[in-house]
Amino acid sequence: MEWDWDFVRQIMPTLIEGLKITILATMLGAGVAAAIGLVFAILRMVAPAPIARATSFAVEFIRGTPLLVQLYFIFYVLPDVGIRLPALVAGVIGLGIHYGTYAAEVYRAGIENVPRGQWEAAKATNLTAPQTWIHVILPQAIPPMIPALANYLIAMFKETPLLSAITVLELMNQAKSIANSNYRYIEPMTLVGVFFLIMSLISVFFLRWLEERYARVDER
Amino acid sequence: MIDWSGYIGLILQGAWVTVELTLMGSALAVVVAFAAGLGRVGRFLAVRALATTYIEFFRGTSIFVQLFWAYFVLPFVGITLTPLQAGVLALGLNVGAYGAEVVRGAVKAIGREQREACVALNLTRYQAMRHIILPQALPLMLPTFGNNAIELLKGTAVVSLISLTDMTFQAQVVRAQTGSTLVPFATILVLYFIMAWLISLGMRWLERHVTRGLDGVRI
Repeated sequence: MEWDWDFVRQIMPTLIEGLKITILATMLGAGVAAAIGLVFAILRMVAPAPIARATSFAVEFIRGTPLLVQLYFIFYVLPDVGIRLPALVAGVIGLGIHYGTYAAEVYRAGIENVPRGQWEAAKATNLTAPQTWIHVILPQAIPPMIPALANYLIAMFKETPLLSAITVLELMNQAKSIANSNYRYIEPMTLVGVFFLIMSLISVFFLRWLEERYARVDER
Repeated sequence: MIDWSGYIGLILQGAWVTVELTLMGSALAVVVAFAAGLGRVGRFLAVRALATTYIEFFRGTSIFVQLFWAYFVLPFVGITLTPLQAGVLALGLNVGAYGAEVVRGAVKAIGREQREACVALNLTRYQAMRHIILPQALPLMLPTFGNNAIELLKGTAVVSLISLTDMTFQAQVVRAQTGSTLVPFATILVLYFIMAWLISLGMRWLERHVTRGLDGVRI
């Protein structure tokens, strides 16, 4: 079968619609992941031992199981207990929880990498806990986290096609429905691949820049 | 009351398919990872360019798109794959691209003085790689390889979408037949977690095995 440019022009608007949903899901998912990751990280670091251990296990469990199955779980099991979510919301929550566990590790590593001396110095200069966090710890902990978080953002962007399995009309699902109704797979599937490749090549350059900008705190 | 024994059997059949896919995908991924990773640090420009293109391409697009491409687009250019072949191919090539970067990083991490010693001892490039560089690089790779294997295991769930009867697919079948959602999905979540746990146990054992005798050596 030959590549058909007319067909490409014809399906482009539909694919762009899908791409918008993909980007929207990524952005919302990133927000949820950042917040949930913070909750996980705090629970693991400061909560009493049983809660911290339970959180660690939950994080391990979520990281050890496929996102697709977690999405099915949220989308199909929760309605049985009376929580009926629109597909996109279920997808965003699934992405958020899954990547929240990865974000939690990044937060934890970032905070633990701040040298002990900084905590002691904050105590010695009689700073309160909020002052210690806001003026001493976080300004040193956050910059090295940024490239790692951006890395997971890109990974999450590449996982969004899974949302098509729970009927979110994102890029992959639009491509599939075009392919199925026209019985032409080459153009839609290849275009989806090209879209993802372009987006992730751009984000790789952005990531390199972020790494140069933020990762080398000690050398500044 | 639903008789679960038959349905559990169905899910266990699917679990076996998942295990098969993970093993075959990992085998392909290891081969590809070493080929592309060593190719990328090699001396031939063409090989380096080829390896880099492969790695960037497969890391840049998602496993899902690659799988659909392998299953739906390749038949139009004359290559028809069974779902299992498409699944192993996509999973192996995808995770292999991530593995290639691990191989490259580990080989690069071996100090200059080791390479200089190889030159001083008049070892050929192959001998240096086989006897000096790789034995030291391997322990560096293993922990990340373990994570990659778990990623691959998680990736296998996606093959259910090209009608391969893996664990996730069977859970959907059970859901469709019984109308119960909690039991099938909770069962497979636990099974996936056990498999991931077994992989990390296995990798830890392997790590101990390859680092034996390296105590006191900088790794």
